[in-house]
Amino acid sequence: MKFSENWLRELVDVPADRDTLVHRLTMAGLEVEEVVAMDDPLTGVVVARIVSTEPHPDADRLKVCRVDAGGDETIQIVCGAPNAREGLVAPLATVGAVLPGGMKIKPAKLRGVESFGMLCSAKELGVDADASGLMELPADAPLGTALADYLGLPDAAIELSLTPNRPDCLGLVGLAHDVAALFDSTVQPPPIGEASISIDTVRGVQLAAGADCPRYLGRVVEGIDPSAATPLWMAERLRRAGLRPHSAVVDITNYVMLELGQPLHAFDNAKLGGDIVVRPAASGETLQLLDGDNAKLDASFMVIADSARALAVAGVMGGEDSKVTNDTRDVFLESAHFAPAAIMGRARKLGLHTDASHRFERGVDPALPARALERATELLLSIAGGKAGPVTVAEREADLPLPQPVRLRRSRLKRVLGIEVADADVARMLTALGMHVDATDEGWQVTAPTSRFDISREEDLVEEVARIHGYDRIPTHAPGGQLDLRPQPEARIGRNALRAQAVSRDYYEAVCMAFVNADTLHTWGLSDATVALANPLSADLAVMRPSLLPGLVDALAHNRARQQPRVRLFELGRTFHAAAKAGAAPKEVERLAMVACGSAADEQWGEASRAVDFHDIKGDVMSLLAMAAPPEDWSFSADDLPQWLHPGRSACVMRNGEAAGYVGALHPRLADALDLGQDVYVAELDVASISVGTLPRAQVVGRFPSVRRDIALEMDQAVSYAAVADCIQATLGKRLKALRLFDLYAGKGLGEGRKSLAIGLILQDESRTLTDEDADLCVAEAIAALGRDGLARLRG
Amino acid sequence: MDALGNIDNTLGEIAAASSLEALDALRVSLLGKSGAVTAALKSLGKLDPDERKARGAEVNQVKQRLQQAINARREALEQAALDQRLASEKVDVTLPGRHAERGGLHPVTRALERMAEIFARLGYERADGPEIEDDWHNFEALNFPPHHPARAMHDTFYFGDGRLLRTHTSPVQIRSMHGRQPPIRIIAPGKVYRSDSDQTHSPMFHQIEGLLVDETSSFADLKGTLATFVRAFFERDFEMRFRPSYFPFTEPSAEVDIRWETADGSERWLEVLGCGMVHPNVLSNCGIDPERYTGFAFGLGVERFAMLRYGVSDLRAFFENDLRFLKQFA
Repeated sequence: MKFSENWLRELVDVPADRDTLVHRLTMAGLEVEEVVAMDDPLTGVVVARIVSTEPHPDADRLKVCRVDAGGDETIQIVCGAPNAREGLVAPLATVGAVLPGGMKIKPAKLRGVESFGMLCSAKELGVDADASGLMELPADAPLGTALADYLGLPDAAIELSLTPNRPDCLGLVGLAHDVAALFDSTVQPPPIGEASISIDTVRGVQLAAGADCPRYLGRVVEGIDPSAATPLWMAERLRRAGLRPHSAVVDITNYVMLELGQPLHAFDNAKLGGDIVVRPAASGETLQLLDGDNAKLDASFMVIADSARALAVAGVMGGEDSKVTNDTRDVFLESAHFAPAAIMGRARKLGLHTDASHRFERGVDPALPARALERATELLLSIAGGKAGPVTVAEREADLPLPQPVRLRRSRLKRVLGIEVADADVARMLTALGMHVDATDEGWQVTAPTSRFDISREEDLVEEVARIHGYDRIPTHAPGGQLDLRPQPEARIGRNALRAQAVSRDYYEAVCMAFVNADTLHTWGLSDATVALANPLSADLAVMRPSLLPGLVDALAHNRARQQPRVRLFELGRTFHAAAKAGAAPKEVERLAMVACGSAADEQWGEASRAVDFHDIKGDVMSLLAMAAPPEDWSFSADDLPQWLHPGRSACVMRNGEAAGYVGALHPRLADALDLGQDVYVAELDVASISVGTLPRAQVVGRFPSVRRDIALEMDQAVSYAAVADCIQATLGKRLKALRLFDLYAGKGLGEGRKSLAIGLILQDESRTLTDEDADLCVAEAIAALGRDGLARLRG
Repeated sequence: MDALGNIDNTLGEIAAASSLEALDALRVSLLGKSGAVTAALKSLGKLDPDERKARGAEVNQVKQRLQQAINARREALEQAALDQRLASEKVDVTLPGRHAERGGLHPVTRALERMAEIFARLGYERADGPEIEDDWHNFEALNFPPHHPARAMHDTFYFGDGRLLRTHTSPVQIRSMHGRQPPIRIIAPGKVYRSDSDQTHSPMFHQIEGLLVDETSSFADLKGTLATFVRAFFERDFEMRFRPSYFPFTEPSAEVDIRWETADGSERWLEVLGCGMVHPNVLSNCGIDPERYTGFAFGLGVERFAMLRYGVSDLRAFFENDLRFLKQFA
C-alpha cells in the first residue's frame, strides 16, 4: 500500500514530522517499507507551454521549441524528448534552476542552437520514475506557476508492507484511524453526500451466489464526457500511490479505492443487456479479461454477468467486452461486498493479482459500498459531468458479516503481555480504533467496526492493546516456570560427534541443495522411487535427492574445476524415498556421506605422495563406525553393490549383517559420464546405523600375561583377509585376544595369483598363564583349520 | 707402589682418561680385586698395630681421592658423550608435523550449533520433524486457513499428492506439542524450503524454531528470552526493537530488529527473527488448554545470523561448497 503523505495528513491531523510518523507506523505493525521524499523545492521550475517546435538544423532527434512560461516573451529551448509537441504543457527548468540530481541549468548551445532552460521529465524532477518523455501537465495549468506549488509539493510517497490481517489499512481512511489512535488525534473523513438523481435509468441486480455476495450496489450515470481529463490533484495522488493515471472514469474508481478501500468497477452501460446477475461461473465458462487473457472458469469462481454472458470475475478483474472506453458515455458503477472466502486464491488460480482481489480476499468493510458509490458518483459528476440514476441495492442481510462482541479480561491481558495497562488507557485505545467498548466487571466487552476482519477473539484485542500501547513499553523478563528435563540416552552418538570425527579426518562439511536434477539421477542409476516436486524452480532443482552423493560429487567437481586438486567433503543430511505404499508419506533417511579425491595426504615432505585409495576412505569410515560399535560388529562385503560403484573397489558396510551404507570408488563409467578425471572415492552411511552405541559395561582386566605368536600364511589372491581372520577366530575362540595383520605381500617368491599375510596372534587365558606348548598348540590348531577350509597354509 | 707413592701422577692419568673404557681399565688397575690400592689394603695385616692404623688411614684417604677422581671423570665423559649424541640428534623443529590435516564445519552448522547450545543452556531440548510435510502440519494446524492470503507469504514447493516441503520449522511445534502437556521447551533446527531464488533468497535454508509453553509465560518473557539469546550469540549488547507483525500461529506477533552497524559505518535496523505468543487455536489444535497454558514461539533464520556473525555478504556462498570459502570457518 503506497500513498501520498499529504493526502493522509488531509484525512487525519498528525502532530508530528515525517520521520516520527514513519517510525510510529512501523512500530504499530504497519511497516514502512519505503519513503520516497519529494522535498526538493524545484526552485526555478515552472509550468510552461510549448508554443511551437521546429526541427533542429543539425540533429535529427532534437527540436527547437518556443516556450511560453507566463512571461512577456517566449523562451527558446532545445529539447530531445519524443513527446515534445506544440501545445504541450510541461515543466520548464529555467536558467538558474537546480534539479534534484544537482544539475544546474545554464544557457547552453546544443549543436549550435542556443537553449535557455530545460523541459523536464517526471524523473528528472524526482516526482515519478517516468523518464520516457516530458512530464505532461493539464492543458489548463497556469503558465509560470512554480511547479512545486502546482503539484502540491513537498510530499512523500510512503509505501507500507501491510500484513494480511490488516486490509482495513488498504484504504487511507482506514489507515487514518490507526494513525489517529497512535497520535490521539481524530479522523476527518471526506464529506460524502448523496448525489441528486436526475435520470431514472436503473439496472436491476440479482444475487445468485448465496453468502459469497451478500451486497451489491449499482448505479447508472449517463452522458459523461468521454474526453474529460483527470484533474491534476487526483492524477498526482494516484501517481504517488504507484498508479498510472488512465482515464477519468478508471482513475475515479481507483481513487475511491485508495481513499476508502472499496474496489469499484465501471462498466460501459451500453454494452450490458438486462439485469446484472451475480452467480457462480459455469464449469468451462470463459471470459476475456481486461488484461487480454482468456480466463477459463469453473464453479469455484463467481462472476458478474448480464442476462447473456459473464462480464467480470467478481472481485478480481473486469472483462474486455464491457470495459469503459474512450467512447463510453453511459457507465454502470458497481460497488459490492464479496465474502473473503469467495475470493481467496481465485486470482492466483488465474495467474493474477489485482488491487481488487488483494483487498477482497483479505476483507473489505461491508458497510463501504454505499459510501464508496456516492463518493465515486460525486467525483464522476464533477469531473466528467453526466446525470446519475437511482442506486440499485441488492442485499442478503442475513449473510452480511456482523461483528460479534468480544470480551477482554483484565487478567488475560496481564497474563499474556506480562504488564498491567491502566483501564482508562485500554478503553481509550480501543475506542480510538473505532471499536465500541463497554466496561464489565472482569474487563471490557468490545465490538469491532465492520472494517476489522481480524478482531474475533480475545487475543486479537490483546494484540491491539499491545500494538497501540507499544511493544517497546513491555519490559523484558526472564521466564520462570518449570523445567521438564528429559533424560537423553548416553549411548546415542550425536550428530555433532559424527561431524567432529569427519572433521578430524580432514573432511570439510558441505551443505548441498536437497533437490537435484532428474537427469543426474538417471546417470547415477538412482531414479527409482524418487520424490519429484510438482513446481520446481528449475530442472536442476526438481527431484528430492535419494542419496547425498550426487550433490556432494558435484561439489567436488566444482572445487576441482577451481584449482583444488585435493578435495575431501562430507555432508550430514536427509535423503528422500517414495513410500512403497501409495499415499503414504515419503521416507526421510538421515545420512552421512563423504567424498575424496587427490592425494591421500596434503602435499608434504615426510612421506612419498600417493593418491587416496579405497583403504584410506575405508579407514575414515571405520573411524566413524568405531564410535558406535566394536570392529567385530562391522563387516564389509563386495556383494550386491549398486551400479554407481566400482565393482572391484567398493563394499557394502554392514552392522551385524544389516546394511548400513557403502564405501568405494565411483564406477569408471559414471566417473566418465560426470566428466570426473581421476579416481573419486565415496562413502555413504545411514546415520541411524552409526549413531546407536551401547553403554559400556566394565570387564575385569585379565590377570595372566598374554603370549604372542607370529605366523606367515600363504594363500590364493581371491581369499579375503576376513575369511582367514574369521576362521582363526572361530577356531581359537576366547583364547584369541586379538589378531594383528602386520604385512601383506605378493610377488617374487610366491606363485602367480598368490599372496602372503603375516599375522600376529595375541593369546591369553583367563585362568592361567599360557605355556609355550599351549601357544604352539593354538598356532597348530589355527593352521590346521585354515588348511581344512582350503583357505591358506603356512608359508614355507 | 706407584699409585700410592705418586698420587698426583695417578690423578693426572685419571683426568686424562680419554674414554669410559680407558677410565674403567684404570679403575680396575687401582681399585679392582688385584689393583694397587686393594693390594696395599691387603698388605696392612702384616704391619704392627700402630703402624697399621696410621698406614690404613693413609691408604683409605688415597682410595677415596682416587674414587672421587674416577667418578668425576666418568661424569664428565658421560656428559660429553650425551652432548655429542644430542647434537647429532638435532632436527629442524620448524618443519611441518605429519598428518596435521583437519577439515572444518560448515558455517551454517557452526552458527546453528552455537544457537542450539545457547538454548540448551536455557533448558530447551531439541525436536525434529519431517522436511516433506503435509498441509495440516505446515499450514492448517498453524491457523492458516486454506487459500488464506497469509499462505501467499510462503512460496511453497508442492508434490503432486498434496504434500509439500515445509516452508518453516513451525510444524515441529505441532508435532512436539501433540500428545504432550506443558511444561514444554523445545527448539527445532532444520532445513526449510521456499520457491524463491535470488541474491537474497535461497530455495533451501535453515531455521531454528523455539517454543515454550507453560502456566506463566508472557510477552515480557518472550522479549527477555530473545534479548538474552541475541546477547549470548553475538557476545555483545544490541539495541533491539520488537515490531508488531502478523503470523497466523502467534498473537500478538512481532518481528525483531537489531541495530546493526554496516560496513560503511552507518547504522540501520535489521530484521532478524519473527516471534509471538502462541495462538490459542494452535494450542487447542494440539490438545493443550489455552486458558490454563500460554506460550511463545520464535523462528530464526540461521543463514541471516551466520552472515552477520561471520561477515558473509552473499547468501549463495553457503551452498556453493567452495573449499576456499569453507576453509575460512575451520
